[in-house]
Amino acid sequence: MSQSVLYDVPGPRQRRITLIGSIVATIAVLIGAYFFVYRPLDENGQFSMELWGPLIDPSNENFSLVWERIGIGFGNTLMAAVLAIASSLVVGTLLAVLRIQLKSLTARRFTGMAAPVTYLLRGLSLFLAALTRFCVEVFRGLPVVITIFFVARGFPEFGISLSTLTYLVIGLTIYNSVVIAEILRSGMEGLPGGQREAAAAIGLSPLQTTGLILLPQAFRIMLPALISQLVVVLKDTSLGFIISYEETLNIGKQIIGVLNNPIPVYIVIGVLFIVVNYSLSKLAQYVQGRLARGRKTADTPTAAPPPAIAAALGAQSTAQSGAS
Amino acid sequence: MSVLIDKFDVFAGGFWLTLQICLLAAIGALILGAIVAVLRISPVPPLRAVGTAYVNMFRNLPLTVVMFFAAFGLPALGSNADFLRIPGLDAIFSRLGTDLPYFRFALIALVLYTAAFVCEALRSGVNAVPAGQAEAARSLGLTFTQNLRYVVLPQSWKASVVPLGSVIIAMIKNSALVGFFGVVGDLSQSADQLTSAEGHAFVPVAIGISIGYLIMTVPLGALLDRIEKRQAVAR
Repeated sequence: MSQSVLYDVPGPRQRRITLIGSIVATIAVLIGAYFFVYRPLDENGQFSMELWGPLIDPSNENFSLVWERIGIGFGNTLMAAVLAIASSLVVGTLLAVLRIQLKSLTARRFTGMAAPVTYLLRGLSLFLAALTRFCVEVFRGLPVVITIFFVARGFPEFGISLSTLTYLVIGLTIYNSVVIAEILRSGMEGLPGGQREAAAAIGLSPLQTTGLILLPQAFRIMLPALISQLVVVLKDTSLGFIISYEETLNIGKQIIGVLNNPIPVYIVIGVLFIVVNYSLSKLAQYVQGRLARGRKTADTPTAAPPPAIAAALGAQSTAQSGAS
Repeated sequence: MSVLIDKFDVFAGGFWLTLQICLLAAIGALILGAIVAVLRISPVPPLRAVGTAYVNMFRNLPLTVVMFFAAFGLPALGSNADFLRIPGLDAIFSRLGTDLPYFRFALIALVLYTAAFVCEALRSGVNAVPAGQAEAARSLGLTFTQNLRYVVLPQSWKASVVPLGSVIIAMIKNSALVGFFGVVGDLSQSADQLTSAEGHAFVPVAIGISIGYLIMTVPLGALLDRIEKRQAVAR
């Protein structure tokens, strides 16, 4: 529903009231901010050039060093994010295909074999399906912080020691590949049944059906949800600080340790994150619009996902996984 | 495995503290998110701009950064978040009233962050109501408030339940972060404490902590799946 159906377009009187009201409100907010935010901060000396100088004043002795460090940190953040995204896309796709395959396998009755073998095979496929389901539910339900923490603490316990980057990427991959697998699976299951039947009718094997028919369409429908999951991954790399991976926040902490200016540093880092993530979300919107247009001109049925998926999509774009 | 039995009170205490912060943050985020959602669909353009700015800001910041802001910014403002020491409420949620402010800081960060997502969930519900409903209400002469109150919101509620539920699940999972921001005794901090400081075996502790979180998230997720399926059939 578009916004404007809820109310009339404001007339001249309403517009005047709005204008006056917002000017008054802005002044009130500014006065409030002066007394409750600016004054306390100023008394603490938070606006002094001593704290801000290294971040905004190019002539400051620390300026280039600080920004070089932030650059390194952001590079590390992006590297962890890219690695995590790539590996969770691959693992997630494999997991989605595996779950679809296992589901069709449980429906098979294995006729034409000896009875014990039949029971064995059916039991095995049921067991495997249940096992993957269990793993997906567990790792989807665990906080990603906890997953990263367990990976970083647990691997050395078993004698495997890797770099913190690897721990972070593994932790993020475990969580996000499961989420991506669920996105793709619901995309494939939401496709019209005719797609699968037609593929079977021309003699494609189940694996070919998934690979050639279902998966490409699922990727296409679910692309916006996938991109917003990528934003989530980028945000979640900031959790690397708990295992002391040198990403942006950790670098920020080091800078604060030397220069003792927490508020300016966090403001700068926050702005950096907002800029990058906001452009990614805009990209997601653009892709969504682009896809809708593409489908229309191709004269195919509308690309609107089925209701269940639309709800999941809404949930995806609103849930952050949040940091998770 | 004996740590699971010996330290059961630690696990139970951690679970209870995490549950407390989740309950309080959910209530706070639902209220704040509803306010921001109203701002975002209000007829007054400046209010809409404020709502949009809020959502864009908090949706694109990592929760970690929000937590740091709460933990460093509020003390610099000279506040210990004492306004959250609500009499009566702090009798049940004892951490609200303690002198160490970290529980309150974490709560504020979690509420601010989650409210942005709650707002989007509510708004997606409003957008799911067919435009004809609001148009019909308008043509009957209902005002903006009446329109929302009697026509749009009762219908949008249905479409918002599932997205809202996933936001709450995400929030429960995000609450694991508070243990790394000075809140002592929640599930994630207990994991750290038991494995590194007290040197218990890793695997049983991991299992115990995981069960603690899964008890909260998995049933909620299953419930949402059911609601979603039923709605899909009803439509």
